[in-house]
Amino acid sequence: MCIHCKDKNDISSCSSSLGNAFDADVSLEHCSVSDTSSGPSMGLQTHEDVIDRAIENAVVKAVFGGSDVSRRNFMKLVGSSTAMAVLSSVFPMEAAKAWAKDAPGPLEKKDLKIGFIPITCATPIIMAEPMKLYEKHGLTGTKVVKAAGWAMIRDWAVANQVDCAHMLSPMPLAMTIGAGSTATPFYMPAIENINGQAITLHVKHKAVKEPKDMKGFTFAVPFDYSMHNMLLRYYLAEGGVDPDKDVKIRVLPPPEMVANLKAENVDGYLSPDPFNQRAVYEGVGFIFKLTKELWEGHPCCAFAASKQFATEMPNTFKAALMTIVDATFYSHKPENRKAIAKAISPRNYLNQPEEVVEQVLTGVFPDGLGQTRNEPDRIDFNPFPWNSMAVWILTQMKRWGYIKGDVNYKQIAEDVFLASECGEAMKKLGYPVPPTTYEKHVIMGKVFDPEKPEEYLKTFSISRS
Amino acid sequence: MNKKKNNWVVLSLLLLVIFIGGWQLFTAVFKNLPGPAPVAKTAWFFLSDPFYDNGPNDKGIGTLALYSIGRLSVGFLAGSLVAISLGVVLGLNQTLYKAVNPYIQVLRAISPIAWMPLLLYSVQNSNLTALLVVFMASVWPTLANTAFGVSNIKKDYISVSNILQMHPVSKVFKVILPGAGPTIVAGLRISMGSAWVAIVPAEALLGSLGLGYFVWNEWNNLSLTSVIFAILIIGIVGVLIDQLFNALARRLAYVD
Repeated sequence: MCIHCKDKNDISSCSSSLGNAFDADVSLEHCSVSDTSSGPSMGLQTHEDVIDRAIENAVVKAVFGGSDVSRRNFMKLVGSSTAMAVLSSVFPMEAAKAWAKDAPGPLEKKDLKIGFIPITCATPIIMAEPMKLYEKHGLTGTKVVKAAGWAMIRDWAVANQVDCAHMLSPMPLAMTIGAGSTATPFYMPAIENINGQAITLHVKHKAVKEPKDMKGFTFAVPFDYSMHNMLLRYYLAEGGVDPDKDVKIRVLPPPEMVANLKAENVDGYLSPDPFNQRAVYEGVGFIFKLTKELWEGHPCCAFAASKQFATEMPNTFKAALMTIVDATFYSHKPENRKAIAKAISPRNYLNQPEEVVEQVLTGVFPDGLGQTRNEPDRIDFNPFPWNSMAVWILTQMKRWGYIKGDVNYKQIAEDVFLASECGEAMKKLGYPVPPTTYEKHVIMGKVFDPEKPEEYLKTFSISRS
Repeated sequence: MNKKKNNWVVLSLLLLVIFIGGWQLFTAVFKNLPGPAPVAKTAWFFLSDPFYDNGPNDKGIGTLALYSIGRLSVGFLAGSLVAISLGVVLGLNQTLYKAVNPYIQVLRAISPIAWMPLLLYSVQNSNLTALLVVFMASVWPTLANTAFGVSNIKKDYISVSNILQMHPVSKVFKVILPGAGPTIVAGLRISMGSAWVAIVPAEALLGSLGLGYFVWNEWNNLSLTSVIFAILIIGIVGVLIDQLFNALARRLAYVD
């Protein structure tokens, strides 16, 4: 609030710093003499207009380095609409305005198409449709559309065939920097699930105890740029097995993993559920290790949208993020898991036996070795996209040669993992927001410090970097 | 006479019985494959309500078949128009025909599915890509057959039309196309067959609604009964379409 003004409660009367920045005749100095002549409210009718103007002015001021004289000269020279257009082209003015407002503005689009892969990782994205959460946040008519594989969902998202998509958390990073595809900037404002994956082995390998027993195995993972690939490689390498030389790792769509395990084309896989539990259900595999035993609370799948979508439809993007954060916390609650399993099992969504989906979501499950395990956080849901997680993913992408050369870890992490936007949504929904976006992670007993990614990379003896 | 005429029906039904019996026996030995009874049950489930709509990812088998047939018709019509026009031009110009023919043969040998990634990358739309895959599958056999048929029309027919000083356009529609008609229809029939073969993997790989999508979605649930049911439906629809061309071929046939 402008400290020079008398009435601190009336926002429109404190208009000196809210003069039109694109008007050459207006000063933006606080309560200067010229201000009094330009009238108090300047046509700013609502709270939202005031915020719009404040954002515009902040940007304009920043551009002219605080020099009001050079701003006014510039406006005289080119005219206000040209200046506005030029500035908007380099700075996402509309997006910034939308973020600054408490109440979302009118939605640019309500009936979104959101792509998903039929796995339990996508639980919040999927359940928000049958359980009417998209409608609750104003996105009436939003439909989730099933895709057959990660390459397909990537292509759908790039070609704008879907507005937003379920992705593996390394994918938006890889797509933004152009690893494995043409570079298209993507945003990942929320993680879906944490934990929730497993290493499943064929029943003939019941004697296997540690990585060195797995030499010569053929493994399957769902995608190169996946936590599955990163975690499997990490696990094997920690046990002295080189994932590129001592074993074979193939990319297979999750549904085909069970069939391939049955046919003994693969010895095992690190895959999303329900396909680990499905292998147990079919009697062909057993759950060797849950990924939460490797990294408690690791990120897995995520909600992503192109930068283009987020900038062109800032309010819709925000509403979608609110829905996802809401749905993710709803899925986090153990008491909701059974109802969710029932809602997402039918043919239109996962197309899986409800029994299997329930075993995954409730964490009470047979492991294929004759035991019934009870692991309530076998899969859990938490939307906060820690920037430090993105840095870890980038270190592993570099470690295994998916990206080369110098990596600007923090820059990429912050450009893609929109932690502050997610925090904003969490706050609005009444959930506590972590005070920072970087933290140390412990993976298989080894501490990862996001401040020292290059030093961390040097500590691995098996590495391609 | 009548008895003899219907012998094939009896034999055909007998083969069906042998097939189902063999299938039953086979699955009694290899227990991981579903037998005829569960497949029949699945078929009943899907056929009893063929046009249900449970949202964008779950539609009745009838709706899905119509999606596939619609996609097939559009891609096939576009492909055939292009193929017949080009074929007439090539057929009337022997030098051009000889020059272009090697390329047609190369393009013809390429599986339409092989074009898919390239098409998807360039048009950036999976539905349009599926249409173009059908288009690619339909063009080459018709093109090759049309060119061949047109270049082999009896010289007398062409000479007569020249003597009568027919307008070039009416020459094409009254002499050339009817003359090459049976060959063209044979080409169309092969094209339709290869387009129908291509459409199932294209839909499965692109996630476009249709019978291919159904196969993939049921495979996702490891539901082999549904997959077998879908295979049967794909086969039956294919035969029905082929019968249409058979009828067309009979109408266009002529004796020199």
